[in-house]
Amino acid sequence: MEAFLNTVYGTVFWSTISFLVVLVLMRRMAWGPILQGLKEREEEIDGALNTAKQARAEIENLQADNERLLQEARAERDGMMRDARDMSDKLIADAKSTAKTEGERMIDQAKQAIDGERAAAVADLKAEVAKLSLEIAEKLVRQELKDDGSQQDLIGRMISDSKLN
Amino acid sequence: MWNNTRSNNGTMRFSMRVFALLLGFGLTSSVMASSGGGDKPDPGEFIIHHIADAHDIHLWGEGPSAVHIPLPVISYSPEYGWSVFSSAHLLHHGEDHVDMSDHGMEGAHAEPEGHGGGQYRCHKTELTYSLDGNGALHAQNNSGDHVQAYDLSISKSVLGMFIVIFMMLLIFPRVGSAYKKRKGQAPRGLQNALEPLILFIRDEVAVPSIGEKKADRYLPFLLTTFFFIFLCNLLGLVPFIGAFNVTGTVGVTLILATFVFIITTVSGNRHYWGHIFWPPGVPLPIKLILVPVEVVGILLKPAVLMIRLTANIGAGHIIILALTFLVFIISDYGANTAAGIGTGIFSVAFMIFMYFIELLVAFLQAYVFTLLAALYFGDATQEAHH
Repeated sequence: MEAFLNTVYGTVFWSTISFLVVLVLMRRMAWGPILQGLKEREEEIDGALNTAKQARAEIENLQADNERLLQEARAERDGMMRDARDMSDKLIADAKSTAKTEGERMIDQAKQAIDGERAAAVADLKAEVAKLSLEIAEKLVRQELKDDGSQQDLIGRMISDSKLN
Repeated sequence: MWNNTRSNNGTMRFSMRVFALLLGFGLTSSVMASSGGGDKPDPGEFIIHHIADAHDIHLWGEGPSAVHIPLPVISYSPEYGWSVFSSAHLLHHGEDHVDMSDHGMEGAHAEPEGHGGGQYRCHKTELTYSLDGNGALHAQNNSGDHVQAYDLSISKSVLGMFIVIFMMLLIFPRVGSAYKKRKGQAPRGLQNALEPLILFIRDEVAVPSIGEKKADRYLPFLLTTFFFIFLCNLLGLVPFIGAFNVTGTVGVTLILATFVFIITTVSGNRHYWGHIFWPPGVPLPIKLILVPVEVVGILLKPAVLMIRLTANIGAGHIIILALTFLVFIISDYGANTAAGIGTGIFSVAFMIFMYFIELLVAFLQAYVFTLLAALYFGDATQEAHH
């Protein structure tokens, strides 16, 4: 045991000193910066990957937005076109119905006018007939005063002369 | 295109062959050299000598012709004080006298005594130092009595440790500043090469064991431990530089395990200690058995960490050396050349295989040590959830 210890003193002494020295120096000069650098780089890479992921998600969002906008625009256009068609259809229908009622109204007016005219004409005719009748009656009365036969002729002639319309 | 891949494969296969050849040569050369001494070396002793920590780096050769890199010996005796000298004095038998007079001490060599080789008398402390057969340093005073002296030498393992620490301090602060300078940019070069390992420790070891929030506090320790063990293991596999065996040295792994023990104990919360000293939902008689087991477990866990690492790395070196030695045993130390060549082919092939296994083990043991340390920290900081 003593012989063993005798050979071991030196290595124990020197390894303690040198290991402590190398541990302290390496910690300060090597492991500190190395581990720090590795950690920083890993964080950087993680950060970059996350940013890329976010950017991709954003692009996807944008694309979805665009798609949605396009869809909306298309729908709007369709709606507008439908509205316009409806409007024109309605306009045409309105115009048609207006024209019809107007035409009917004008026909009615014309009819009324015609009826009025005819009534006026009939009234005129009646008045004329009455006037004629009076004239005839007057002539008849005058004729009668001359002779009976001639009165009869006159009446016949007069009636055949006056045509009722 | 087809041609290109083919030539690439060819280049790779060629360089693998060269690598294997170099490995085989490197491993066998030291043993061949050692067998040249005449005496048949004892394989066990030889291997243990190569596994154990030493006061020098043994490159090649044996005996007087051996080529060593001497390392500084530092010894402290509470009674006699400090003594610093080159291990060349203890290894070389009276040659290469190094004058230490300008350090206040004069070296003087006595005749080699026993297995350990030379002796060195330090004039300042007036102690005579020598190494025994196990490579342990002994000190004697003038009257020849054994003196208690602590051996604080820069041994082979300590030097290996210093090399690894130097490499770590060269590499990692640079990577750290790359993270500061190139903020927000893709990693490049060294930074790119090491990032997977750092992330592996953080995401596969620390975070699952300790939890996301608390892991940050323990990561510097876990990362330092992992890279320290991994690089020490790899240093031990480099051929031709004297087979460093840092993580196979008990003193080093002992300290690593002690740090794990201290951190676990300090960060242990009420829930952790509660489970050890009064396990909930267990009948009293079983508590009486369980509590001592748990208490022993506190110390046993880091002890097992220490033993596992030392044994695994030591075993790898032993297997490779043993395979090398097989050639010399079967060829009867060069007497039977044909048997030597026959065994050598298989031995080298198997050694190369072992070398690749050892490369895997170098990583695996660093990983296992770090993972278990992280699990212990996680246990200690776990919040009550029942």
